[in-house]
Amino acid sequence: MAFIVITLIKTALIAFILLTVLAYLQWVERKVIAHVQVRMGPSRVGPHGLLQPLADVIKLITKEGVMPPHANRFFYLLAPFLAVFMALISISVIPFGTQITVGRWTTMMQLTDLNVGLLFILAISSMGVYGVALAGWSSNNKYALLGGLRSSAQMISYELPMSLAIASPLLMAGTLSLREIVNSQAGYNFGFLPKWNVFGGPFPQIISFIIFMIASFAETNRVPFDLPEAENELVAGFHVEYSSMTFAGFFMAEYANMVTVCSIATLLFLGGWHPLWPVEYGSNFVASLILFVAGAVCIYHAINPARPFDRYTLPVFGVVFFGLAGVMLVPFLVPVLMPLFWFLAKCGFLLFVFVWIRATLPRFRYDQLMGFAWKGLFPMALLNLLITGFLVALES
Amino acid sequence: MDIFFFLVFAAIALISAVNVVLQRHPIASALSLIGVMGSIAVLYLLLGAEFIAMAQIIVYAGAVMVLFIFVIMLLNAGAEERRGRSWTSQLLGIPALLAFVALIVYFVQRGFADAGNVKFGNFTGGSAQSVGYALFTAYLLPFEVTSVLILVAIVGAIVLARKEMD
Repeated sequence: MAFIVITLIKTALIAFILLTVLAYLQWVERKVIAHVQVRMGPSRVGPHGLLQPLADVIKLITKEGVMPPHANRFFYLLAPFLAVFMALISISVIPFGTQITVGRWTTMMQLTDLNVGLLFILAISSMGVYGVALAGWSSNNKYALLGGLRSSAQMISYELPMSLAIASPLLMAGTLSLREIVNSQAGYNFGFLPKWNVFGGPFPQIISFIIFMIASFAETNRVPFDLPEAENELVAGFHVEYSSMTFAGFFMAEYANMVTVCSIATLLFLGGWHPLWPVEYGSNFVASLILFVAGAVCIYHAINPARPFDRYTLPVFGVVFFGLAGVMLVPFLVPVLMPLFWFLAKCGFLLFVFVWIRATLPRFRYDQLMGFAWKGLFPMALLNLLITGFLVALES
Repeated sequence: MDIFFFLVFAAIALISAVNVVLQRHPIASALSLIGVMGSIAVLYLLLGAEFIAMAQIIVYAGAVMVLFIFVIMLLNAGAEERRGRSWTSQLLGIPALLAFVALIVYFVQRGFADAGNVKFGNFTGGSAQSVGYALFTAYLLPFEVTSVLILVAIVGAIVLARKEMD
């Protein structure tokens, strides 16, 4: 009984946090791209445009959904549902911390620890292509069909190097359970260099990490591989005929997929929740330090306001940041919060890289995209797997 | 609990399988086939073969069926037309089906007469490790022969799809 209640509470919490993160990821993306391009970005709704996601959600819900004539009604409505479902469900096997003990109940910071967790994620992500393909086909629109076809071809091609890149750290960990993969990366070489898969082991997995990241850009249909929705050729690609909530579904699926691949990269290559340097050198104080500096910056700008209302809004943020910095130091919360902080920090950095690259790189040409996957990434991933397997066999 | 899930997913598998034949649109048939694959994967999972279950979804529901749908979309196949059935199919259809089912039942009865009932949760050899171990010890020869077979198929595919160089 306790198990069911705890699982329900965890599910509700994770769902709520994930959906909020998805909404604000879009705000972060718009802000970062704006600053890269020397613009302001969203700034009207709330301070610094912080309420923009809420406004967008209200706008999308209240808009009229238009269905094109001659569209296949059932598949047209099934497609966004499939996309969102497949994107959100993979978060259920991702561990993001050690364990929480409240009173006599102990629970893992993860919804469920499958012993084939990684295969489960691969399976779900290979099902994700149906949402896009069906959307393109059922809209009865030539641009949508082309986008759907491109997307399925691209996702099939890039799944290969992605799976091969995943296989090399698996060889080093010797298990498919995501929690055990992270546990196998604990500890430090020479007392300071973390034993993450990118650094340690018999063969550092930097190549497979890079291959995984490139392939995951293609899997999530992000720039520079966003051929399925290339605006200047295909209008908007597979979701050109979608509006209101069905459109929001595809949008949400894209961001949820981004969160998933970043979590996987963190777990497989970047040591999950293990800190960058040992606790003896003070890695537990990093979170407090960052929050403290953020609070200090807010207070400084409140004293020298650039805009009149900064005098009232920024002190509030400053006090909140100082409070959070204090919370990060509470002794009995540290074992829970520190793994969570390091996991979120690595994941957040990878998400930032996604946004950064979107603001920087132009789009590939379609034949280049396919050639790159089959002639570049695939042989490299294969070679990397071969060397890793050989060295792992030598070591054992 | 196990028997409940077994009944639910076995029913889904059967209904989807019938639906593959009944649907008039090729995409609908292909999606029903995905339903069959997915529910069979759940049945594997119930029996304790978690690796096979995931491989079933990745290979069949993920890769093979995506290619099916890809081809259907490329050909832009429309809903099929229904004509009147020929007199042979009207006359022989149901008897042939019954004979086929009877043959299957007969061979299963004969081949697996001494096998007991399936029990959920008894089987523990379904992990990735045990499957890999079996592949590289007991079934090494079939495994390697299959890989050569696949290589031949790949070479054949390239020869067929190659553009003629002048």
